[in-house]
Amino acid sequence: MEAFLDGFGVVTEPQNLLYCLIGVLIGMVIGVLPGLGPAATMAILLPLVITVDPISAIIMLAGIYYGAQYGGTITSVLLRLPGEASSVVTVFDGYALAKKGKAGTALGIAAIGSFVGATISIVVLSLTAPLVAGWALDFGPPEYAALALLGVLLVATIGSGHPVKAMIAAMIGLLLATVGRDAFTNAPRFTFDSLELDSGLDFVVVAMGLFGVGEILYNLEERYGKPHVPAAISNIWPSRKDLRKSSGAIGRGSVIGFFLGVLPGGGAVMSSLAAYAVEKRISKTPEEFGRGAVEGVAAPETANNAAATSSFIPLLTLGIPANASMAMLFAALLVLGITPGPQLLEERPDLFWGVVNSMYIGNILLLILSIPLVGIFVRILRVRPAILAPITVLITVLGAYTINNSVFDVFVMIAFGIVGYLMKKTGFEPGPMVLAFVLGAILEDSVRRSLLIFDGDPTGFATRPISGTILAIFLLVVLSPAIKVLLDRRRAKSPETAPVEQESDVSSK
Amino acid sequence: MSEDSGRSTGQGEFLADLEAEVAHDLEEHRPPAGGPAYQVVGALVALAVGVVGAVLAYGYGLGTLRRPGAGLWPFVISVVIVVLAVILLVVGRKLEDSERFTRVSLLVLIGGASFVAFAALLPTIGFEIPSLLLCLLWLKFLGGESWRSTVLVSVGAVAAFYLLFLYGLRIPLPHLF
Repeated sequence: MEAFLDGFGVVTEPQNLLYCLIGVLIGMVIGVLPGLGPAATMAILLPLVITVDPISAIIMLAGIYYGAQYGGTITSVLLRLPGEASSVVTVFDGYALAKKGKAGTALGIAAIGSFVGATISIVVLSLTAPLVAGWALDFGPPEYAALALLGVLLVATIGSGHPVKAMIAAMIGLLLATVGRDAFTNAPRFTFDSLELDSGLDFVVVAMGLFGVGEILYNLEERYGKPHVPAAISNIWPSRKDLRKSSGAIGRGSVIGFFLGVLPGGGAVMSSLAAYAVEKRISKTPEEFGRGAVEGVAAPETANNAAATSSFIPLLTLGIPANASMAMLFAALLVLGITPGPQLLEERPDLFWGVVNSMYIGNILLLILSIPLVGIFVRILRVRPAILAPITVLITVLGAYTINNSVFDVFVMIAFGIVGYLMKKTGFEPGPMVLAFVLGAILEDSVRRSLLIFDGDPTGFATRPISGTILAIFLLVVLSPAIKVLLDRRRAKSPETAPVEQESDVSSK
Repeated sequence: MSEDSGRSTGQGEFLADLEAEVAHDLEEHRPPAGGPAYQVVGALVALAVGVVGAVLAYGYGLGTLRRPGAGLWPFVISVVIVVLAVILLVVGRKLEDSERFTRVSLLVLIGGASFVAFAALLPTIGFEIPSLLLCLLWLKFLGGESWRSTVLVSVGAVAAFYLLFLYGLRIPLPHLF
């Protein structure tokens, strides 16, 4: 409790407040601008951010992530262009409301929903995270190996894109993580006699390449120079009737978002889809959905913020990032010399509670930015992407150079940028690759330590209760496509018995 | 998730429909899909990575489970990559998640080349002149901006970076002035 209150002391230090504000502002802006997502932005800014105090750095990076969830709404509603993937479903009803001249209502409801969802999620996070961390303190290498493996698998299978492709990307990420000297035998691997590769690939450089440069190059090819003329907005405060109508959606969206956010690979995108689907299903007037139902804006926007917040739980308590943006935070923590994991809460309570509590402040700031000050962000839409592109290029290249004052790093980053671009073109998501790359060292380390513990007997993983359970879930996820095919076949024979299995289909993807 | 094509109106079905709708919505802004050749090449590249990885890892020594060699872990991963790549070769031919390379893709080539040139010039002549040239290229030729805004943004950006890196963050970038 004391540590929790001290956390507020940490947040309210002027420097941290300032970084929180900068973080959420950047988040809002990149959320509004289609193109760079939060993970790419965090990757690009990592080299600059890690020069400041660790707590301020993490507070700012976190702000970028949840701030982007607020900003993404604005373009969905006004232009029918989702600024972020997690605001895609908001397009349906948000844009319909805007066409009716109720853009202000949509943005207002979305902002209030976002705030409520995020705040509920932070409260639950504050209460549950210490419990999870305490429970995970007993985890040994086998549990970590199983957990990291499950994390990589879930991110690959639940995320967007074809699961086999995502798994390949993840596996190549694990392989890339082995470049450099082996920590156990000190033998060089995949270094091709290059001194620069001896210490391995720097994950900040790899992430900046795959996410940052990859997205910059990809955007170069796409939809440049489209004129956007945002509609004028007025009356941003929603009426009491609209609020009453959407209060249920906001409540349910918070719950759905919280739970799906904790799940590796789940996060903001899936929860916004699920929350929208639930609202439409239980609504008495489902025909209004897609034609400007306020619930259709409230539910996904609440859920994506609740999920964005709760996805911090696996990172801060287990040291396992749940999605690409969390992988960037994970990387930042490692670079700053802090190992995320169950011991974080005990060893660095100032950091843990500082970051968690900064989210309360950050969300209040975002509520202010997105209701009274929303006009400013609408104006940002008039900035042409062509003007921002070279600026991002410069930040990226100069940033990569400054990590180790090395031009070699810049070339590695460019190489991975080209790989990232080609992956996007051929339908491979770079996200799982980066995440697996970040987890790669931990995974290999835990597997080999476990083998030492088990004296070379791999069945040891299955016989320990926690690692065994995690591996059982792992197998279930791996085998679920096969099980699904079998069920589908049986269903094809008897079409009447279909709906029973549907729920599990959703959650297993 | 579009392969779900049952007739029921269960929750999962609805979510699948919704995702299909979303995907369709986004597709309006996308270039056409690349076709089977793109899929096969993608899978073959993955296969090559797996095979090369496995061969090299084998050379590092596999050891035993009790005393794993440096190569065991990368070898196992490489084998998994090979298996997955073969699966992809079989099931992935008809996927439509790739994007065709078009004439616009040449812009990416130019953009990529500008990155390389910038990195090559940075240590020799400092960051100011390469930055200006890069802004010029991206604003005027890749972005189609007017000369006026090109000059304003380029000079402004380079000045801002100069102040940010050398004075704000005190990071020693190679610089002329």
